[in-house]
Amino acid sequence: MSVVRVIPCLDMKDGRVVKGVHFVDLKDAADPVQAARAYSAGGADEIAFLDITATVENRRTMFDVLKNVADAVSVPLTVGGGIKSCSDIESALKSGASHVSISSAAFRDSAMVKQAVGEFGASTIVIAIDADANDACPSSREVFIDGGRTATGKDAVEFAKEMAGLGVGQILPTSKATDGTKAGFDLHLTRAIADATGLPVIASGGAGTLNHFLEAVTEGHAQAVLGASVFHFGILTIGQVKEHLGKHGIEVVAKRGGSGINES
Amino acid sequence: MIAIVDYGAGNLTSVRLALEHLRMQACITSDPNAIRSAERVVFPGVGAIGSAMKNLSKLGLCETIRDVAAAGTPFLGICLGTQIILDRSEEDGSVAGLGIIPGAVRRFRPVFPADKVPQMGWNAIVPQKKHPVFDGIPDSTAFYFVHSYYPMPMCSDDVLAVTDYAGTTFGSVIGRDNVVATQFHPERSGEAGLKLLLNFCRWDGGNKPGVAR
Repeated sequence: MSVVRVIPCLDMKDGRVVKGVHFVDLKDAADPVQAARAYSAGGADEIAFLDITATVENRRTMFDVLKNVADAVSVPLTVGGGIKSCSDIESALKSGASHVSISSAAFRDSAMVKQAVGEFGASTIVIAIDADANDACPSSREVFIDGGRTATGKDAVEFAKEMAGLGVGQILPTSKATDGTKAGFDLHLTRAIADATGLPVIASGGAGTLNHFLEAVTEGHAQAVLGASVFHFGILTIGQVKEHLGKHGIEVVAKRGGSGINES
Repeated sequence: MIAIVDYGAGNLTSVRLALEHLRMQACITSDPNAIRSAERVVFPGVGAIGSAMKNLSKLGLCETIRDVAAAGTPFLGICLGTQIILDRSEEDGSVAGLGIIPGAVRRFRPVFPADKVPQMGWNAIVPQKKHPVFDGIPDSTAFYFVHSYYPMPMCSDDVLAVTDYAGTTFGSVIGRDNVVATQFHPERSGEAGLKLLLNFCRWDGGNKPGVAR
């Protein structure tokens, strides 16, 4: 069993964190560098940045922000939102990203995914799949694109398998139904994709309690758990999640004693 | 000056940022002369070994890398860079590496489905030998790994630290003489990773523990 990663996700707009980070005292909760430092010091195994506006101008802002963040912390950074081409991926990597998550563009352009895997390595490429219930699909989950606005009619597990076949490194399924509800991850979706692809899966969308995180691993077969509002609003800390997982026999990296570059 | 070898194999920015933060002068380069004259060489890499070897040949860097390794220049391989310095990899239908350290690169073949390939995340390393790059880093410290293949040096003397994953114990830090190479990413491994990089930057390439610059 791999060591399970706990990943806070920062939703970004115009280079600022949209939601504040409340679990530590911050002078400016909307400053992504401060937020990343706080999460890193709090034991984050990785930090995800999601550009929720994802226009071309904002992407440039996002890459500038990423540079500053990569300067300030030395844990892996995953960046997503509006990534459409190999040159977008290259810009993200040059700004300090370790992994790049692709969503709608992966659905529309599988040749680009294949090229990206060849050019940047399997482990660099994460496929983010937004899904919602649809009983007409064999797995009862349908892929949505364009930030969840466009239904595709495509079975989510089938799509994940196709992406695995192209050699991508990880899948990040997010449930449209549970995202932001704090009612728990879509365990059916997470497990179906984890089992069908054999790839590391990051459970996302819906975390609200310690048991949600535990279930994502034990029942959802996830290798990593991602939370946004649950951490932003200080409902739980990363340390609490890790302690809970550890208590139930899940291997986690206990706090590393600070991982900010400036703290060394 | 530290030369970070650029051969089109993925992400070098994190390495440069980490070195700059340690106040080390580093440049990303594929110029053989710059690499040969560097005080120390970092040889990173992400991606598939087949295209990486092709790029190295195309850039005329195979001999350069072998030469600096043989010349006693402190040399740090990272991830794919570590796998390339062995003789041969199973990846891409068997590819010859640079043969700087005798050994092979094998793919994880997990028995349990819960052991995912690639290994993606933090895992502990257990040093097998004293080495200056481990100074001040406690045993069983976790570092950040991202890989489907792992290094298996032929001589156990070349295994500096081991890690367990998917039912396999592999060399997570390998090396001999002035060459040291990590399967994990020290540049993304928090404080412990930075400590290892700093140790490398202060290492004269000899194998006595605690040797300062």
